[in-house]
Amino acid sequence: MEQMLRKERIDRGIRVRTEGIYAISHWQELTYLILPRLLLIGGFLLAPICLLPFPYWQRIVSIICVYGLLAISFDFLANFVGLVCLGGAFFVGVGGYVAALLNTQLGLPSVLSIPAATIGGAAICTLLFLPCLPLRGIYFAIVTLMYPLIFSRIIEAFNLFGGTDGIAGVVSFPNVWLEQYVIISLTLFGLFGLRRLVNEDIGLVLRGIKDNDQAVKASGIDITRYKALAVFIASLLGCFAGAYLAHLYMWAGISLFALDFSIMPIAATVIGGGGSLAGALVGSLIIVPISELLRAFGTLRIAIYALILTAFIVFRSEGIMVYAQRKYHQFERWVKV
Amino acid sequence: MREPILRVSGVSKAFGGVQALRDVSFEVYPGEVFGIIGPNGSGKTTLVNCITGFVRMDAGRVLFKGKEITGWPPHRIANEGLARTFQIMRPYYSLPAYKNLIVPLYSPRARKMGGWRGGGKMGDRDTVAVDILEEIGFERDSFVPYKPASALPTGYLKRLELARCMALRPELIICDEVFSGLSMSEIASMIPLIEKLQMGGVTLVMIEHRLKELFRVADRVMVLNFGEKIMEGTPEEVIQDERVKEAYLGTEEGRDA
Repeated sequence: MEQMLRKERIDRGIRVRTEGIYAISHWQELTYLILPRLLLIGGFLLAPICLLPFPYWQRIVSIICVYGLLAISFDFLANFVGLVCLGGAFFVGVGGYVAALLNTQLGLPSVLSIPAATIGGAAICTLLFLPCLPLRGIYFAIVTLMYPLIFSRIIEAFNLFGGTDGIAGVVSFPNVWLEQYVIISLTLFGLFGLRRLVNEDIGLVLRGIKDNDQAVKASGIDITRYKALAVFIASLLGCFAGAYLAHLYMWAGISLFALDFSIMPIAATVIGGGGSLAGALVGSLIIVPISELLRAFGTLRIAIYALILTAFIVFRSEGIMVYAQRKYHQFERWVKV
Repeated sequence: MREPILRVSGVSKAFGGVQALRDVSFEVYPGEVFGIIGPNGSGKTTLVNCITGFVRMDAGRVLFKGKEITGWPPHRIANEGLARTFQIMRPYYSLPAYKNLIVPLYSPRARKMGGWRGGGKMGDRDTVAVDILEEIGFERDSFVPYKPASALPTGYLKRLELARCMALRPELIICDEVFSGLSMSEIASMIPLIEKLQMGGVTLVMIEHRLKELFRVADRVMVLNFGEKIMEGTPEEVIQDERVKEAYLGTEEGRDA
């Protein structure tokens, strides 16, 4: 008779995981916990220095962070609040236009225009999303996808803010180090900040809305208010990315509303693995360089890109981060059934 | 005569062509256990949904503590002190059992009242949550309160549902079939909880299929059939009533209820 085997998974027995005792006593355990985080943080902080001879790839690091921010905000809304939001391009567009207007019309320096565009843009996005907050699932996704399309058409049709030419003459960053470290530090801050937020009490309320909004209502909590808060937090990340892009390219135009900013973050989240937030950043760390390297293939780029995406979905549908976490935290062995 | 804590008058609701509720009125007095029974599809759950704001009623009024709450959204009603459980349990499956209670403890009402037993205005909600769970029969020293809700058996989920209401420190709890789906021994262990709640000054409205258990705890019972109230009285009166027998035996012959 053929012997049946099944895979058994056992959590690694480190002391920090034992019941209730969170005392970390040994350098090995400290390393075990800190190493993956340190790898990510250190890697990002060292990237601009290591890539110093390759200015083109330095720029790619910034773009990775831009998509990383958008992917984190998508992952946060989709997997922790239950809102599948395709409005990434809208966040970028609003943030970018607000920053460009503040900079060129009011003459605010980038130190002021970026924070103002982040907060102001997020407030605008949240206000405009208010009517569709009661929607759920696919309906919310469709409506939020409409926003960037509508706005780019309105700008085009009414020739607003420079129409199809956009707003040129936005001030760039004083030097490449500032340009790089502003986005890298804020991406890392956004990632770890959100990771902490979702485990705080308020984050549990948001996760409750994802699991079961009726029960949250019955618990005396106004879910629309908390959904609005979640959209505000997510659009802070998106609008910052937009404002940063406007200053990076010294220009804001309707290409900031391009659907790439809505779709790429989803692909990044799928590849990286949803539900961990870090996975979204890891995903964009993979997907952005791939899409850059594929430029060599010209028009075939999209086809190859699609093949790679499909391969990821078929062979690693859980996502890299989820897979890596499992391998890192658990032993695996084959046992007889 | 005492003032009723909940006064429901003339509630009607139709779903398309189906008249789920027709002119239902009743009053609940502070401190009592009020039962609502009726065969399947008689509109019991719809009635709860109308009272607690989950479904908009076509006609009728609801007064809670003398205040009109008709048409209020569910979260406002819950903050007023009227909590409800769901017939189909609605825990947050991805969260550990005690973290499920953080959500109601985060509500404006719980924050204003300082959590459970004065756990401090911004007191540690985790501690408060485990306290409530212990109160309702989760053993504090076992793994049960820390397990994800998706791993809990039905009996515990029903308790969790009740615990979610208790976290709001409500004045009135509407229990939508807390006994259904439980074994006899599980029900036997739930009944003291209900009695304890009542002794703590909470008024209870219990919707039930399990008549025997309900009649043990209820002071007064209302009977619904096809969306209409057929009678109201003490459990003894209800058992004797011919219309009730007809409603039950006519539609659900052979049931052990």
